[in-house]
Parts: sequence; structure tokens; C-alpha cells
Amino acid sequence: MTELPLSHGATRDVGPFHVRCERFLDADGIVHGELPGFARDRTEIVRLYEAMLLTRSFDEKAVALQRTGRLGTFASSLGQEAAGVGVASAMHPDDVLVPSFRDQGAQLWRGVAMEELLLYWGGDERGSDFAGPRQDFPVSIPVASHVLHAAGVALAFKLRGERRSAVCLFGDGATSKGDFYEALNLAGVWQLPAVFVVTNNRWAISVPREAQTAAKTLAQKAIAAGMEGVQVDGNDVFAVRHVVEAALARAEAGPTLIEALTYRLSDHTTADDASRYRDDADVSRHWKREPVARLKRYLTEHFDWTKQEEEALLVTARERVEEASRRYLETEALPATAMFDHLYAQLPAGIAAQRAEVAARVSHGEQEHD
Amino acid sequence: MTDCTLVDAVRLALNHAMEDDETVVILGEDVGIDGGVFRATEGLWQRFGGDRVRDTPLSETAIAGVSVGLAAQGFRPVAEIQFMGFMYPAIDQMVNHASRLRTRTRGRLSCPMVLRVPYGGGIRAPEHHSESTEAMLAHIPGLRVVVPSSPRKAYGLLLAAIADPDPVVFLEPKRIYRSIKEPMDDTGEPLSLDRCFVLREGADLSIVTWGAMTVEALAAAEQLTAEGVSAEIIDVATLKPMDVDGIVASVEKTGRCVIVHEAAKTCGVGAEIAASIMEHAFLSLLAPIERVTGYDTVMPLPRLESHYMPDPSRIVDAARRALSYS
Repeated sequence: MTELPLSHGATRDVGPFHVRCERFLDADGIVHGELPGFARDRTEIVRLYEAMLLTRSFDEKAVALQRTGRLGTFASSLGQEAAGVGVASAMHPDDVLVPSFRDQGAQLWRGVAMEELLLYWGGDERGSDFAGPRQDFPVSIPVASHVLHAAGVALAFKLRGERRSAVCLFGDGATSKGDFYEALNLAGVWQLPAVFVVTNNRWAISVPREAQTAAKTLAQKAIAAGMEGVQVDGNDVFAVRHVVEAALARAEAGPTLIEALTYRLSDHTTADDASRYRDDADVSRHWKREPVARLKRYLTEHFDWTKQEEEALLVTARERVEEASRRYLETEALPATAMFDHLYAQLPAGIAAQRAEVAARVSHGEQEHD
Repeated sequence: MTDCTLVDAVRLALNHAMEDDETVVILGEDVGIDGGVFRATEGLWQRFGGDRVRDTPLSETAIAGVSVGLAAQGFRPVAEIQFMGFMYPAIDQMVNHASRLRTRTRGRLSCPMVLRVPYGGGIRAPEHHSESTEAMLAHIPGLRVVVPSSPRKAYGLLLAAIADPDPVVFLEPKRIYRSIKEPMDDTGEPLSLDRCFVLREGADLSIVTWGAMTVEALAAAEQLTAEGVSAEIIDVATLKPMDVDGIVASVEKTGRCVIVHEAAKTCGVGAEIAASIMEHAFLSLLAPIERVTGYDTVMPLPRLESHYMPDPSRIVDAARRALSYS
């Protein structure tokens, strides 16, 4: 702890704070520094690349489905694929992901099915009943409110003495909210095994990062919570995975806040038109830094990545997306009474009467239809 | 049998639940070494340790939000908010997450948490310390809202709330935390949630109320006895989901109903009760339903508080109006 200076109003530094930014792969796919092991393993790199391509194909399909009236409002992660895939690929299957609504890249890696994500965005709660990662949270729509859930999950791990971590994803807008600060503060003071990743895509709908906070970085917000904060090039999947792995490795000693610098190349959602508030030139500039192309360049130059391999990967990704879309579109809606199914573990008597009313109306409607 | 106050009963139930089930953890502001601002958790930190009886940073949203995470992981957090006037930041978590986690995951994740909140006026407390805004909570689908009216009710209902697989807001009437004693044993016997209790049987009139107002209603019933009127008192106990059948059964018997709550009148839980009676017992009614409530004012500071709070004389007046209707 710092002691008050005793002499003559003297001032002194109470602590040196710094924020570093990690990057291995620059926008041109050129390597800087010494790569971690996984980034030198062709199979592993191709896995990451494939996951990023799949995420991009999935987003593309989801937007197309929305545009043709077959999906609800959808938030594409175009341009942010490295952040999602990088984070999830660093996690152990037993860790728990607490995602926001633009984190399909991470969710898909974790084993959430594309069909489930489409079901969710298509307006069906079954889409959040993941067959894969059973303990992962569904996406949180109210911004930053879920950061506290990650702290709670991490506390559960700590209380049970389990070597697991909670990993939470949220956007730059979330860092302006009180619940974000409350979660960080509490996780810091309790030294919870949690990793908080802010995917700084520069935009909270129409409000740019610069208008959210006067702070130079978002990572430095960790300092106030007494935890480590680090920036990373969020379009460099190697760097993202590396910093998250490092944060998870020391998670038993406490949490980390990671700011992944990326850019939202898409509209906020399919209900948004970003041309109302940002210049095409800005977007074009960021297209040159997007994560998929730079990884492809690296693969091509260092691992003889061929056109045939590229084509095969793309075809497979699109086939998988199409298959998921087909299954989603073929899924019948639940019966109307399903809205009562999981309201409580057991439906209370008073509400059972409302359920019966719905059942009767539906059956009456069917009879009229006949 | 020992004589217990309501706050003793809360502590006894917490202790029992923690003994029985190691997934029960307590968290909140000053719940640890200090034993809570009302001493509801006194001695528990010493007995169960700081992991299970956990002082949180001063952060109501966090208390509720962390509880959601814990509950989703299989713990049964019992979180304390110090006063109802400070719980509003926590309502975000109750509305957006706790109450709907089961629904939105089709039962994959659930949220068996209890949020304990002392509520209500009549103790000459500072500003923001006397609110009674249970209607806000009772409006939330997927939530349970439970209000005990005595030490025994507090003990049995809190045990039931902790064991319940869904989120419960447990509103403790702090005005009667220490004013009533009841002999009781630490039996571990829960009381049923989702049902009302008949505190006093009567034939001429039903007084429907909950929490600290049951004391006022019982006093009013005594006065009415002197006037030859037999009043039945219904303690609603679980405001959400409400035992409409139990309330209706009483009104069908007596034909007259006075609803009493200290919360503001407009859109209070009393309005819901009155509407439910109209739906289910209209033909049994011999008089319009009366409501005796707090006024639609900001909760006054202590000097005017007694004018705001329903008391036996206001309840008796309402009962007389109902009885004189023909």
C-alpha cells in the first residue's frame, strides 16, 4: 500500500502504470517477434483459418437470410473473426464462455451449432439450448449486464476449487456502463479466475470509440480495478489467442482485461445503416487490416497454402452453412404453449390457467381453419 | 422452543439452510463480520467462513449479477440488499436475467437465487430507507415475490425460497423485525410458497394484506370485533405468483373485501387483487372492494410518515364503509 508522503507537501509517484499492445501478424501478414508454438503449426493455423472463414460464411448467410425475410434482426461479426476465434481457441472446453450478441466466432469454436444460432436469431429459444457447451451462457443483449455473470461463474469455480475460468466478451460501448465497472471491480478484489475481453470494434452503433471515453485505451480501465490490462491487435488471431492463453494461465491468481482492437466492417445489425454516420473511406481503410486476408497471406507465404486448399475450405464452409440453414428453415415452430414451458421449474396454478387459455385458442383456431 | 423475533427467524433459517446444503452461500454488503445492518446474518461469517458468507463491494447490481452467475453454476446464493430503496440497480439483473434464464435457455440454465430485501416504512428511517415497491417486482414474469408476516412465516418461507429452483425476491418487513416474538423450533420445515394464509377466520369481511400490514389488520380486526363484526384476515405471503383461489375463497365466504398495503395506491398489488376478485367472485360481492394504502406521494420523511402509513383506524373506516353498503 502507498503511504502518504510525510515531508513538506512533497509529491511522488504512487505507482507506474503502463498498457502494452501485443501483435505478431501485421496487416500485411508479416510476422513480428517470436511466434508462439501454435502459430508455427500448420494444422493448428489451418484450424484457426477455417474457423474464421466459417464465421464469415455464417455471417454472410445469416445476413442473406434476414434480407430475404427468413431471419430476424442479426448482428454480423464481419471483420471481427480473429477476435472471436482467437479467444475461444485459447479456452479449455471446461471453461465457460459468457458472450455478447456479436460473438458467434467464439460460440462456433466452442461447439454451438450454426443451426442453433440461426434458431435464436430466427426467434426461437431453443437456439440457446446448446447441445455442445452446456454451461456456456446464451448471448446477452443488454450491453455489459452479463459481465457480472462471468464474475459469478468465476466465483463458483473458485469456491469449488476448480481450475476453470470464465471468459466474457463484450464491446467497446460496454466499457461505459456501470455494470462493467462493478464486475471488474469485484473480480479484481476477489481475484476471480476470469478473463474479460472487450472487442473494441470502434463503434457502438453510431457512436465512435472516441466519443465513449476520454481514456487513451480501454485496457487501462483494468488498472482502476487492480488487475492487468492489455491491448492486442484484435485482427491478429495469433496475438489474441496468445494473450488470452496467458491470461487463462494466470487466472488462478486473478482476472485480466484484454482490449482487442478490431473494426466493425458491417452495419451494427441488419436493422442499421452505417452509411448514415461513417465514411466509406474509413471503412475501406479498415478493410486493408481485416483478419482473414492477413492470415491467408501468412499461410501462403510460410506454409505453401494453395489455391486448391483455399477453395476446398471455402466450399466446405459454405456447404456446412447451407446445411445448417436448411435444418434451421425446416425446424417447425414450437407450439404456442411453449412460452410457458420453462417459465418456472413447475408452472404455478394461476399461470397454468393462462396456458390453458392459449391452448384452447390455438386448438379453436385450428378447428376454424379446418 | 425459543422466542424468536422475525430477524432471529431469518438468521435461523439461513443457518439451517447453510448447514443442510453446502451450495447455499450468502453475499451482500456488511453481511460478514458485521452480521448485516439488521444483524440478519450475525454469527454466520464466524461459523461458515468468508467464502460462504461473503462481504461484497458496495455494488447492488453486482450483488444480483454475481448471484445469477453463481446460481447458473449450481450454487444457491442468498443475497442481501440492505434496503429496498437501494435495490433498483439490482432490478436490471432480476428483470433481464434472473427471471428469464430458464425460459431463454429452455431449461438448460436456471437461477435458484434468493434476493433478501428489507422493505417498508414506520421505523422513522432516513430518506430512501422506507420504500415499499413490491408491485414493480410482482410485475416481472418468472420471478417469485414472497413477504413473510411473522417470525414463523419468515423461517418457513425463507427455507422454501432457498430450496426453490427459481429466483425469489424475499421482502422482509423491517418494521416488525423485532416487534413480534413467537416461540419456535429450528425444525427445518419449510412453508408452502404460492399460497396465502388465513391469519384469522371471520364471516363478515375479508381483509387481504401482507408483511407488516398484517399487524395493523389484526389490530383493526380486534376493534371490529367490539363492533360485532367478524373479520377474516388473509396474509397473501407470495405476491407473485399469487394464490388467487385462496383469496377468492375468503371473499366468496364473506362478500366484502378490504385490501391493505403500505405501497402507493396506483398500480399497487392491491389493484391486481381487486381485479382478480372481480374476475372470479363478482357475484359474491356485497360491496365495492376497498383499498387502504399508502398515498400516491413520495414516501414522506419521518415527521409525516405516520400520516402515510395505513393504520387500524383507516382499516376500520374502510371496513365500516364496506359493511354499510347495501
